Amino acid sequence: MKLTDFDIYSNLLKTKSGLVLTEDKVYLLESRLNPVAKKWGYNSLETMTIALQGVPDKNLVTDIVEAMTTNETSFFRDMRPFDMFKDHLLTYMKQARGSARRIRIWCAAASSGQEPYTLSMILKEAQAQYPGWTFEIVATDISHDILDQARAGLYSQFEVQRGLPIQLLMKYFTQVDGQKWQISDDIKKIIKYQYFNLLEPMTSLGTFDIIFCRNVLIYFNEETKGMVLDGMAKRLAPDGFLMLGGAETVMGLTKEFVTLPDHRGVYVLPNSPHLQKKVETPGAASPLGSGSATPAAPATSAFGLPPKANTTTNS
Amino acid sequence: MLMKCLVVDDSRVVRKVARRIVEDLGFTCDEAEDGQKAYEFCQGEMPDAILLDWNMPIMSGIEFLEKLREMDNGGSPKVIFCTTENDMNHIQRAIQAGANEYIMKPFDSEIIESKFAQIGLHP
Ligand SMILES: C[S@@+](CC[C@H](N)C(=O)[O-])C[C@H]1O[C@@H](n2cnc3c(N)ncnc32)[C@H](O)[C@@H]1O
Repeated sequence: MKLTDFDIYSNLLKTKSGLVLTEDKVYLLESRLNPVAKKWGYNSLETMTIALQGVPDKNLVTDIVEAMTTNETSFFRDMRPFDMFKDHLLTYMKQARGSARRIRIWCAAASSGQEPYTLSMILKEAQAQYPGWTFEIVATDISHDILDQARAGLYSQFEVQRGLPIQLLMKYFTQVDGQKWQISDDIKKIIKYQYFNLLEPMTSLGTFDIIFCRNVLIYFNEETKGMVLDGMAKRLAPDGFLMLGGAETVMGLTKEFVTLPDHRGVYVLPNSPHLQKKVETPGAASPLGSGSATPAAPATSAFGLPPKANTTTNS
Repeated sequence: MLMKCLVVDDSRVVRKVARRIVEDLGFTCDEAEDGQKAYEFCQGEMPDAILLDWNMPIMSGIEFLEKLREMDNGGSPKVIFCTTENDMNHIQRAIQAGANEYIMKPFDSEIIESKFAQIGLHP
């Protein structure tokens, strides 16, 4: 591919999805775009590139953007963030949202659904402690194809073995045709999948108590990362939490978020109650963070989940 | 102290692959070629983890597991089934018999590693 052609694609991708492509990714670009050219009836990538320089078909641009997304994900990816969610974030919200009994979560790069389904299974397992509560997970992605997969909730044997405890497979999946595993409607029903590009204004999404935005900022440049984080800060409740991926941070990118001490990977707003020194107010939700010497006790053991495996009591 | 993993499979090839994976994870590894041999091994010393095939001559994996869980101290090893049996009935039977996790073959190192992590075994 000619350098000028590479620039056409890298500019297009940067404006449309935020994806930063360095020149060493030219092979990746070619191997992902050749099938797109074929689908659109161009006899080569070069002809498609020429077509792009005129007034390109919107759907072609969409296909190019989608072809370049990396959808790598798994159930309970990295595990710790989900322990954190269950043991700390939820425990806090249980007190803090005790009167509204409602928790709204945004999964901002949902990919094929493993992350929102993981959260939904955790909530389901904890359900007994939340009588009358409403949980809502808004799961968004820029790729229509991957959202269709997420909605279907149908996974290969390989996918259900990466990160998913066998107890949860037994409880929440049924086997289809011997080789595929279908997640149950019960787990699906609190999730609303919708197309959303993180570069767009976020106001329409409403306000969230917890945002998961994992393993997507890594593809953006610093400026885009900062912009997305600034937008998310406005969508978060004052005492809400943001979870990022293992290789991601807010540091040096935005003033709207700060790291929560002693809770790796968790970020809060600068005025968050979690950053204040702990004051004992009877009945009030005690914030997480630096004030509390000991981390909150794990919610319960009703949870056959890692790493405190307690599998034998599950009948 | 090093954690011990016993690999129980009638296929030498599978044992070899599994040995490499669990050793990479930091276990020391012993092998048994059927349930009976595994049972005898456990009478000598209990491993920390057992990777267990289902279909084997002389004594099957599920028979072995049932006998193991009745032994003194037989509750202590974490048992991960690792078998081509990939239907819900087998999975349920294994878990009822006291298996801690279940891997459907074919497997790779990532799956084994994630299953060990889930049951809290970090050598
Ligand atoms: C590597 S996956 C991360 C999945 C999951 N959050 C996890 O951590 O396993 C990244 C996802 O981000 C999506 N994505 C990339 N750019 C996006 C954008 N501008 N807006 C929304 N989603 C985007 C991709 O389509 C892809 O599904």
